[in-house]
Amino acid sequence: MSPTFNELSAGQDIGSRTIEVTRTDLVKYAGASGDFNPIHWNEAFATGVELPGVIAHGMFTMGSAVQLVTDWAGDPGAVVDFQTRFTKPVLVTDTTGTPEPGATIEVSGTIGKLDADAGTARVDLAVVSAGQKVLMKAQAVVKLS
Amino acid sequence: MTINPDLQGRSYPAAEVYDVGREKIREFARAVKATNPAHFDVDAATALGHTDLVAPPTFAIIIAQRADAQLIEDPDAGIDFSRVVHADQRFTHHRPIVAGDRLVAELHVDGVRAMGGGAMITTRSEIFALGSGDAREPVTTTTSSILVRGEGQ
Repeated sequence: MSPTFNELSAGQDIGSRTIEVTRTDLVKYAGASGDFNPIHWNEAFATGVELPGVIAHGMFTMGSAVQLVTDWAGDPGAVVDFQTRFTKPVLVTDTTGTPEPGATIEVSGTIGKLDADAGTARVDLAVVSAGQKVLMKAQAVVKLS
Repeated sequence: MTINPDLQGRSYPAAEVYDVGREKIREFARAVKATNPAHFDVDAATALGHTDLVAPPTFAIIIAQRADAQLIEDPDAGIDFSRVVHADQRFTHHRPIVAGDRLVAELHVDGVRAMGGGAMITTRSEIFALGSGDAREPVTTTTSSILVRGEGQ
């Protein structure tokens, strides 16, 4: 059941989710998005450009984090605006061949602001991995009925 | 290599057409761990009032990054792609992207700012759907900033 504007208030919690990430997920995202920068799949290349190791695409983190919002809204087409700043990389360790994830991303959302004229709610996302905020000002504006 | 300060204000016209296919929407949705049926099942999408499968909110990055490539690969720009870091990203959807859309993107360089030995470059892609004849419908505006790290940054 999709939320309706009148039942929402600023500060309200819309829930949370945990995203487990493996190196395979990064290869899939590279293929799906067309972003084949080797820092997202090749350890030697990543460390050679002074990164601590293979990191997730910022757009993988942004794109998977918004799923909390689309599931809450019920309609992916209701997300009319979505923005973020990328503050820290998500380091993904190589756990190939094990059931363990290479990184875990925690996403939680609250209603930041309601705009009655536009019939929209701004959802503010907190996105954390390894104890650090990896996205800042991650805000999705949702059109509601 | 230094960033050409004259990039600011430059535009790159719409180049190739991007045809949005159902399987690409499904593939991209799986890649961002999306599970909403409107990305996968046409009946679920039409039940929400869409004409076909709906793309995830960040799908337009495919089209935007193709447009950005025109700038990054422009030898006159002076950008070393291996030193590029994505700093921020925004999508403003004028309407959702759906399967069957034929999209083109116009790229605008809105800002170039020196940062240490590198530069912060802000670009905007205006994405339109092609209609019949010369009709173009605004679909999505994306803006992104990239930091091109200087030596030692």
